[in-house]
Amino acid sequence: MMARTQTWSIRTPEGVSFSFRIASPLLRVAALLIDFCVVGAAWSLFSGILMLFAILGTDFMGAANVIAWFVLSQGYRIWAEWAWGGRTLGKRVMRLRVMDERGFRLSFAQIVMRNLLRFVDVLPAAYCVGGVMSWFNARGQRLGDLAAGTIVVWEAPTPKPNLALLRGEKHNSLRSHQPIIARLRQSISSETATAAWQAVTRGDKLDPNSRQEIFAVIAAHFRSLTPIPTDLSEGISDEQFVKNVLDVVFLNR
Amino acid sequence: MIVNLEKFIAEERPKWEQLGAILDRQAQDPWRRLSLAEARELERLYRRASADLARLATFSAEPETREYLERLVARGYAEIYGTRNTSQRFRPWHWLIVTWPTTFRRHWRAFQLCIALTLVGVVFGGAAIAFDPGAKQSLMPFSHLQGDPRDRVAREESGKENRIDGHQASFSAELMSHNIQVTIDVVALGMTYGVGSAILLFYNGVILGAVAVDYILAGEGTFLAGWLLPHGTIEIPAILVGGQAAFVLAGALLGHEVRKPLWTRMRVVVPDVATLCGGAAVMLVWAGFVESFLSQHHQPVVPYWAKITFGVIEVIALTWFLRFSGRSAEVKQT
Repeated sequence: MMARTQTWSIRTPEGVSFSFRIASPLLRVAALLIDFCVVGAAWSLFSGILMLFAILGTDFMGAANVIAWFVLSQGYRIWAEWAWGGRTLGKRVMRLRVMDERGFRLSFAQIVMRNLLRFVDVLPAAYCVGGVMSWFNARGQRLGDLAAGTIVVWEAPTPKPNLALLRGEKHNSLRSHQPIIARLRQSISSETATAAWQAVTRGDKLDPNSRQEIFAVIAAHFRSLTPIPTDLSEGISDEQFVKNVLDVVFLNR
Repeated sequence: MIVNLEKFIAEERPKWEQLGAILDRQAQDPWRRLSLAEARELERLYRRASADLARLATFSAEPETREYLERLVARGYAEIYGTRNTSQRFRPWHWLIVTWPTTFRRHWRAFQLCIALTLVGVVFGGAAIAFDPGAKQSLMPFSHLQGDPRDRVAREESGKENRIDGHQASFSAELMSHNIQVTIDVVALGMTYGVGSAILLFYNGVILGAVAVDYILAGEGTFLAGWLLPHGTIEIPAILVGGQAAFVLAGALLGHEVRKPLWTRMRVVVPDVATLCGGAAVMLVWAGFVESFLSQHHQPVVPYWAKITFGVIEVIALTWFLRFSGRSAEVKQT
């Protein structure tokens, strides 16, 4: 079994790397259900409007209904993914996006292909083949994705940090030590900075013991990155030390 | 190292926003082509954003800015490196008379394989009915085909009963959507290394052979030709084109022709498979109209000779189209 990867990284010829988070099967199922409801609702609306044209004959209405269902059920995803850059309404809601596995722009043929091959992925029922395939595939690709060379990624929301949380009146002993600030900024990864930031914003929701443990771990990690004179962290709690570090890392005073 | 992060961001942000604006315009219209000036500007801004990202990547203080820039560079990368062959706006007429027949000819051997599989099915179905008339119950998928052909012909020619009278349009729509769905299924089963598609084509041939032999043995060959030729001359080749697409897909999966990784092989055939599917869909829309509005009307309403002539003209036209249409453009390309 291939290990599922959480991220898919691409390195450009300019030497820059960026990564995408592979969408989980559950999010994809949720998007699928939303799209199913969208198609159903659109078809019901169309049928309702069509009733107004009953005067043209029931045969015409029947034909329009059959064609509308077929076009909507087969064409909606193709159209939406093409027009909205790899996103249907369901995918928009779940923050998913279909993209070329090389990071390139999706071609129309790729979109057609991944949607046409859905028939095999749904076999024998409830997306069994597609589900099993994407579970065992390192990039979470179902058969349609595999054939079309596409992946489905999750675009995480990126909330701006509320810097007011850090701008306290308290004295921050680190502020006057520029070499330490510079070393911290260089050595703390953005993931660690974000994790520490989340610990600060959610600290009130944790029970006291967990809170103490979490900040102890983060503070120990920060201390391990660069030698910090003991007088700078003496007498302050681990949580306050973490806040002080984030203060100098996030804010440019 | 970036000495003053705030100053750096303040200076660079307008450039990032400019790049974002160009990419937004592109995203709004997937077929849009950049002018030379725009393309140059895009390339310049993309390289600058890439350099900014490289500088920010070593700096942890601004994870949001880095993420924003990563997304921007990812979009720019997709636009700059991924637009070859895809920037041309879709031209339906050109696709119909050049792209599709050219693609069809390129994969002629896959089409031959579909014909062979269907013919084997036809022989099998025909032989089954000829030597074991009792097999009819299990071979014929529709109830109206399970009776004696002579009874059906007498009933249809009496003009007393027309199953689709007043429902031609909805019948036509049902035929189109059903047949296109079946063709999509045939194509999709190409992912089973073509095995599923081969079974479906064979089964289709079995039904065709069984019906044909049943009517011929009952002395109703003329009715059969008048009934099937007008739509069958398009519908059956359309399903074969679907099979052709499936075998092109299966060929890429098996990779017997190109010694390249799977994803490279698939990438090469994806546009052709999509084109063949589109071609089959166009043929099936036509066949749906003809089956509903012509094939189901029998003598004396529409004389058999007229229907048979129509079917023969269609098959000649289709053969000519698939063989010769778009040849000049093909020669120019090569």
